[in-house]
Amino acid sequence: MTRFPSNTRSRKIAGAFYEGLCAGVALLTLAALAWLLAGIARGGWGTISWEFLTQPPDNGMTAGGVFPAIFGTVALTLLMIFLALPLGVSAAIYLTEYAGPGIAARVIRAAVNNLAGVPSIVFGLFGLGFFVLFIGRGLDAFLGEKLLFGQPAMLWAAATLAILVLPVIIVSTEEALHAVPASQREAAYAMGATKWQVLSRVVIPQARSGILTGAILGVARGAGETAPILFTGCAYYLPRLPIVRIPDTPIWMINPLDQFMQLSYHVFIMSTQSHNPTLVRPIVFGTALVLVTLTFLMNLGAILWRRRYRRMREQARG
Amino acid sequence: MTLRKLLIALVSLSLATTCSDAKAEKITVKGSDTMVITAQKWAEVYQKENSKTSIQVTGGGSGVGIASLINGTTDIADASRPIKKSEIDSARANGVYPFEVKSALDGLAVVVNRSNPVKELTVKVTAGIFTGALNNWKELGGPDHEIVRYCRESSSGTYVFFKEDIMKNKDYAADCQTLQGTAAIAEAVAKDPYGVGYGGIAYFEGRSDLKILPISPEKGKPAINPMKPGGKGVNYEVIYDRSYPISRYLYLYLARKPSGEIKDYVDWITGPQGQKIVEETGYIPLPGVLPPPAKPGN
Amino acid sequence: MDKGIPLDNSLAHGRTPVVRLRASEGLSARRRRQVLLDWLAEKYFAAAGGLAILFILLIFIFLAREGLQAFRTIDPMRFIGAMTENVITEQPEFTTTWQPVSEVPKYSLLPLMMGSALIAIPATLFSGLVGLACGIFLSEIASRRLREIVKPGMELMAGIPTVIIGFFILVSVASLVQDLFHTTRRLNAFVGALGVSVVIIPTIATLVEDAMRAIPREIREGAYALGATRWETIRRVLIPSSMSGIAAALILGMGRALGETMIVLMVTGNAAVLTFNLFKSVRTMTATLAAELGEVAQGSEQYHALFLVGLVLFVFTFFLNMAAEIVISRMRRRLRL
Repeated sequence: MTRFPSNTRSRKIAGAFYEGLCAGVALLTLAALAWLLAGIARGGWGTISWEFLTQPPDNGMTAGGVFPAIFGTVALTLLMIFLALPLGVSAAIYLTEYAGPGIAARVIRAAVNNLAGVPSIVFGLFGLGFFVLFIGRGLDAFLGEKLLFGQPAMLWAAATLAILVLPVIIVSTEEALHAVPASQREAAYAMGATKWQVLSRVVIPQARSGILTGAILGVARGAGETAPILFTGCAYYLPRLPIVRIPDTPIWMINPLDQFMQLSYHVFIMSTQSHNPTLVRPIVFGTALVLVTLTFLMNLGAILWRRRYRRMREQARG
Repeated sequence: MTLRKLLIALVSLSLATTCSDAKAEKITVKGSDTMVITAQKWAEVYQKENSKTSIQVTGGGSGVGIASLINGTTDIADASRPIKKSEIDSARANGVYPFEVKSALDGLAVVVNRSNPVKELTVKVTAGIFTGALNNWKELGGPDHEIVRYCRESSSGTYVFFKEDIMKNKDYAADCQTLQGTAAIAEAVAKDPYGVGYGGIAYFEGRSDLKILPISPEKGKPAINPMKPGGKGVNYEVIYDRSYPISRYLYLYLARKPSGEIKDYVDWITGPQGQKIVEETGYIPLPGVLPPPAKPGN
Repeated sequence: MDKGIPLDNSLAHGRTPVVRLRASEGLSARRRRQVLLDWLAEKYFAAAGGLAILFILLIFIFLAREGLQAFRTIDPMRFIGAMTENVITEQPEFTTTWQPVSEVPKYSLLPLMMGSALIAIPATLFSGLVGLACGIFLSEIASRRLREIVKPGMELMAGIPTVIIGFFILVSVASLVQDLFHTTRRLNAFVGALGVSVVIIPTIATLVEDAMRAIPREIREGAYALGATRWETIRRVLIPSSMSGIAAALILGMGRALGETMIVLMVTGNAAVLTFNLFKSVRTMTATLAAELGEVAQGSEQYHALFLVGLVLFVFTFFLNMAAEIVISRMRRRLRL
């Protein structure tokens, strides 16, 4: 049994000191974050203009804007979330609604947690080995195409990222499903609904905003990743957008079999492999600012939204 | 049901995209980071003149370009070194018969920080620096401080060319810092008073914080400066007559003998317009394509 | 809704619906269709749930499929080191270098592993201290209002793209550090570890906070009743009782640090040397993959060697993740008692 000495005053002072230390470290960490963001903002602010956001790079990437990279990032993450959201939500539904506390659920949870910890570059390797070479080349051989699917493309990059963000979506969705009060489920069962009816008409509609939060967090995560797309589809420079016209219609669509430019890759390539880093530094800062703003706003939105419904849940519980 | 609407929109979008025809007419160019600026400028200008052609340029290194040519994922591979025998063999095994086009010349320069007192090097000393045989600037008449080496990634043509041509195929010292691009080397050496690096002259031209070292082919022979006196522009003469010891051709490799659209593009590159861009982006045009520059006073 | 059909409790808890299907003989066609749909839904969701396991397995299989082929042409000994000629003495010596583009390619994994360790260990130690302080602050010290500012701040920090951190360190922090410590190399393991810390501090802080919040209120009250101040409660009671949670946080943080790619690729200098010096340039496994894989011909010796590096990296992080998983689930079980 620990005995506490009786010298109350010095103990209080020591306690205040250590508590202050913890608070100081926490606030310093946030200050470092603020410093980083301010540095990016200060460096990039002068570059941001309407032209920068809407024009392609010009003059050997030393002038012009980053529109293709913005477009590529948006297209890529849309495609990614389209692949990841149904899978992630379904997996979360299985975990919360069907699996119960048994061994299956524990193994799946362990796998989800493990998936969240796989290094992003390993996803890149996997994307190249599995999607591009195995699936892509396999499809080409099957369809008798010379080379259509078996090369780096937005589709494969999106699929790789989809696996990477799967844990984010699963965890958020699980939380959202748990937040639906058990009483509502029981009421529906009492009215004779099947489990699927309870899920589709009671539980999922109520968990919608939680699921959307997960989707936004997933998109923010996916938009900021670079390593998984290095080998699976992004390009240094593309003179046109990765879009294609649907035959016989005037409608243009994202072409998932094309390569794409992407903001985070653009930051990487421009800061390490540009012809003249000093000259293009404002462009890199500008690109970084666009990327940070995008991910920051998405994350902030998701966090605030999540906080709101968490609080609502707490209130509902009393 | 915003979520459902979103999902429906995404489904229709993706269905529409997968049904569409993905094989639009385009030329893909991949390879050397040294050439990527020039390659991109070529693509930019060429497309303005020929709006039907679409050209896609990716960097990554000469090795990447040639590997892609072998894998069949690119039409043109930019390479800052000649293709290797082993690469030709594996290309043939894949049914690809690489066709070589010389597109420009490049001089490589060895640079140190402006403050470094070392004045010139021989090829042998340069090799010694990068293999790790020489480790202190004192041995070269500089300050008593260890030499900090900056090199390129092993994928770059510059890495291979320098290793084969200057270092006689010896390995780089293990403590070479590998940076992703020649520009990164320029930046690093500019910030490091004891640094030394190498790369295409274009990257170092006009920087006051760097010093390009004249190099002599062997001890006793005069060191040749790749720059014109006063440091304004590259001295083409010493590159063309090969008296400056570190220069190379920049190549385009094609999967087969060029025809159609690709042939037009390659001809345009080796013609006056393409070579003008070579000069503008800091490389050395092929001899005889461009008219000699007018002498001042004429 | 349908006419009420009496439901026993097994339905609500998702027991095998096949039983229900049999029990539902003689029900209306509509009901039977619903029950069938219900059965299909369960199978579909179970399949989706299994995906996470499938993906982990696929990652392992595809890394192993490509990576283990390296052993077909490369003697296992060469992954440790090789005999080379010393450039100065011209005597043969045993060296551990990673030089895949060479007359005699050298594939020693030791400098890459050492590089990864030289980033991950200091980053984990530093972030462990900072993350512990942040976690304690969030869980025990901060007022509710302060917590609601600091906590989202941490979450936002975790969401910054790593390439941004790498870029910022490359252009400004690296020079500051060099001026401060007068290092010969501007890009070194130290700045790499610093950058990686930005990524893993939020991870560690959140996990520490969760572990401390999970401790029942009675334990704190017991300590106060014995006359302990709040800090004494934290130090002598809460930290020891959340030790497994803190350990799990450190393990997971280390896993993230080992796997971080873009920051180390941009700021560590990427020199594959075997060193213990924090201020030397190092080359991590992740940076090697990112820098070299894009360029090699598929199926070449180097290609397989790189996949082997990926496999090693995956196995390392897999065991770290599993260790953390086990520690956390043990903690949960103990707290439930």
